[in-house]
Amino acid sequence: MAVHRRLQLTEVGDVSVVRFVDRKILDEANIQELGQELFQLIEEEDRKSLLLNFSSVEFLSSAALGKLITLDKKVKAHGGKLKLSNIRPEIYEVFAITKLNKLFDIKDDEADALASF
Amino acid sequence: MIPSELAAGHEILEELLSRLKAENWTARDLFGIRLALEEAVVNAIKHGNRLDRTKQVHVVFESTEEKIYVRVADQGLGFCPEDVPDCTDAAHIGCPNGRGIMLMRNYMTRVEYNDAGNVVVMEKLRETVAGS
Repeated sequence: MAVHRRLQLTEVGDVSVVRFVDRKILDEANIQELGQELFQLIEEEDRKSLLLNFSSVEFLSSAALGKLITLDKKVKAHGGKLKLSNIRPEIYEVFAITKLNKLFDIKDDEADALASF
Repeated sequence: MIPSELAAGHEILEELLSRLKAENWTARDLFGIRLALEEAVVNAIKHGNRLDRTKQVHVVFESTEEKIYVRVADQGLGFCPEDVPDCTDAAHIGCPNGRGIMLMRNYMTRVEYNDAGNVVVMEKLRETVAGS
């Protein structure tokens, strides 16, 4: 299994649960690295059920949103499912402003998200 | 004046935000200001100056009791903000780029570009002032 620097990965049944190492997902180099690590889960490790738990994330930029959108496309192309959970209100507002709350399947907490796969 | 390096951009943002924190801006205001400044400075460095280290980004920042004023100028060719597709349209929702300006407009009270599109001016009224 690949080494991950920007994310922490746990397995709950068939679901790969991802938590983010960075509280602020801002730095361009970190975002590139994060994107590669997320894409690898789908493209190289062939994971089908991915849950991104945002509990540690306090801030993210539009560049990070772009990576999530690309991830969503890759997951769908591989016939998988992507869900997001534990997004704090101010971050959820960013998703709502950009209407990405309609694109992504967002659940309140990890338990809700896991039950919905 | 900062060089066209993203690390330099983040340094100046942290400095400005510490100043606003000391001036007792609310956490909600600080979140929006951080986001708008981040997007404006990164746009100037990455899309304006195209990470060309021979070019610089000029940031003017003023704060008063009621509002902040920011002017971010790059040395790039500029762009037309109206040409950026609306990513909230169903046709563009899957586009990975183009949300930065939308977020700036949402979190700041005023966002205006010059005709060339290489200078952006933003203002934000304090939450208590904006809501009163």
